[in-house]
Amino acid sequence: MGLFSGLSEKLNHVFSKMTARGKLTELEIKQAMREIRIALLEADVNFTVVKDFVAKVSEKAVGEQVLKSLTPGQQVIKIVNEELIALMGSSNSKLEVSPKPPTVIMLCGLQGAGKTTMCGKLSQHLIKQGKKPMLVACDIYRPAAINQLKVVGKSVNTEVFEKGTNKPAKTAVEAIKYAESKGYDTVIIDTAGRLHIDEALMDELREVKKAVSPTEILLTVDAMTGQDAVTVANSFNDQLDITGVILTKLDGDTRGGAALSIKAVTGKPIKFCGIGEKSGDLEPFYPDRMASRILGMGDVLTLIEKAQSAVSEEEMKKMEKKFREASFTLDDFLVQFENMKKMGSISDLIGMIPGMGNMKISEKDIDESRIERFKAIIRSMTKEEREKPDIIKSSRRKRIADGSGTTIQDVNQLLKQFEQTRELMKRMKNGSFKMGKGKNRFPF
Amino acid sequence: MGLFSKIKEGLKKTKDVIAYKLNKLFTGGALDDDFYDELEYVLLSSDVGAATTERILEELRDVVDEKLIRTREKVKDELKQLLIDSLDENPLPEYEYPLIIMVSGVNGVGKTTAMGKLAKKFKKQGKNVLLVAADTFRAAAADQLTVWSERAGVRIVKQGEGADPGSVVFDALSSAKSKGNDVILIDTAGRLHNKKNLMDELGKISRIVDREMPDALYLNYIVLDATTGQNAISQVDVFNEAVDIDGIILTKLDGTAKGGVVFAISNELEVPVVYVGVGEEIDDLEDFDSKSFVDAIIE
Repeated sequence: MGLFSGLSEKLNHVFSKMTARGKLTELEIKQAMREIRIALLEADVNFTVVKDFVAKVSEKAVGEQVLKSLTPGQQVIKIVNEELIALMGSSNSKLEVSPKPPTVIMLCGLQGAGKTTMCGKLSQHLIKQGKKPMLVACDIYRPAAINQLKVVGKSVNTEVFEKGTNKPAKTAVEAIKYAESKGYDTVIIDTAGRLHIDEALMDELREVKKAVSPTEILLTVDAMTGQDAVTVANSFNDQLDITGVILTKLDGDTRGGAALSIKAVTGKPIKFCGIGEKSGDLEPFYPDRMASRILGMGDVLTLIEKAQSAVSEEEMKKMEKKFREASFTLDDFLVQFENMKKMGSISDLIGMIPGMGNMKISEKDIDESRIERFKAIIRSMTKEEREKPDIIKSSRRKRIADGSGTTIQDVNQLLKQFEQTRELMKRMKNGSFKMGKGKNRFPF
Repeated sequence: MGLFSKIKEGLKKTKDVIAYKLNKLFTGGALDDDFYDELEYVLLSSDVGAATTERILEELRDVVDEKLIRTREKVKDELKQLLIDSLDENPLPEYEYPLIIMVSGVNGVGKTTAMGKLAKKFKKQGKNVLLVAADTFRAAAADQLTVWSERAGVRIVKQGEGADPGSVVFDALSSAKSKGNDVILIDTAGRLHNKKNLMDELGKISRIVDREMPDALYLNYIVLDATTGQNAISQVDVFNEAVDIDGIILTKLDGTAKGGVVFAISNELEVPVVYVGVGEEIDDLEDFDSKSFVDAIIE
């Protein structure tokens, strides 16, 4: 990755230098701040936001508090982390519900931000919470947009209301009447993508807003957006007084600097993140988790939450113990592979494991079919082999390869990967990843 | 040149250097750090990126010192020239027919729209154009491309949703061979560049094209959204690994985004920008012009 590595790796690089050196001088803080500035800019945080951020962090870091502290590096991490959280909003915001149903949610944004896809995800999310949502097609410009919404609606079992290319405001009003008559409690309005400087289309959105007074007006923003995120968010906010932001396509290798910028300039909360293309891939936005992800401390909370819904708690505890004791066998490795599948994309998970942000693993390196091969290989081993992989020498390797329909190279690769994982766990156990309780707490 | 004029020439140069240095010191600091900060701001806010901005400004300072430039206006002109030159370094592909262009890119950058516009562009040049709907994943993508094919007045080959893109392309190429199409434009599904199997699929389509029409000129264009920040670099990098990227179509330049990330791409990955999308109408696709692109960044 090198040049293209994310903000988290870059900041980690800065901090690893700092933590390694003990006490900090003002000059060192200045240098670190310069790197933070560059890292944030390369992560597409807006220029002005970066300036303010760096100023604030420097102000706090250069104070006595840091210099007198025993571990100045950790202090700086703490300050940067706190400021990142403060910048992105300090808690997770839920969707507002109208006292008089239906609750109306309007999505708006630039072309290609992912509004239509997000409609499906939101609907799925609401259904899971026991709501009865309905979708409304108000994108009357893009060819086949209504069809797309219909297909999306069908895939999440949600009715789609449409009136062809009628005026969106009129369609929206009719949709709400229809929803009332059908007992839908939430109405999600999909609007056409538009440039924030297109006055005619912005007028149209204002008309929809006036006609149906939505409970939520959510600006949908591509997480890969650059400096322009601020301009876009500001114009939509000025003209529509949005209630929140949805960040889409956060599963790219982008660190989503746009999230920081938008929150900083609009003051509106980021409510959800879209990760992945399947309709279930929607997550609430937790500023603290995002910040710790940015810092490369790993999004442990999200990982645990995700794992709990997919894997039984007991299994988790067992695994955690093995993690801690580093008594990890190939059998456990197999269980891990299977659980990971349940939990979602492996690469999503890897980013959440503390320290893994540092590892040279990019998503494109992870090949899900390889995982399948690995599983086949482990299944072709004897119990003894699984527990004591050291005994697997060349003849066993050949037998395992033949048995699993793979090659010896595949077997070697798996064993190597296993060894690396075990090594990683040993290091975690020894505290270099600051995981777990007691002494090995997070540095903040 | 006589000895005397040589000395005169030499002295003039020295005089210039002294004048330049004095100017630097005393003229109210026309080219002071604030001025460079201003330029830095302009570049950064256009998504040029921190590292590239730093590199460009260093180069600029060198040129300014070397050419003894004293006014802000002239420095700006030099900066523009630097930027233009860096974009023009990578030659555009030269078209030969039959021509096959496959476009790829991440989700929502405007591939299908760009395809429709490109079809119209070739059609206007009197080419016999075929559109290929190889985005079989996104809901209603083929419908969307069909509307564009009607607008452009060109033929389209498509299959049902969920069909294998490779088989759509195979069908399209057989059909193109029998109908004598000389421009074949393949629209693919948007894919985030970190999904390995989807990237592999692009390679597969490429192999089908190479096998079925080995004598045609086959180009791969990536569509980039001008609103995208530094992530665009890694997009081009990764797509370039899957299929050799020959050019960039930069879309959505009609907004307020400047698309400055292409300087880094052009410098590091040596891929030229070929077209720019400047609106939603079918004729809103223009040949890339480095000068007007740079003018939009530095007024």
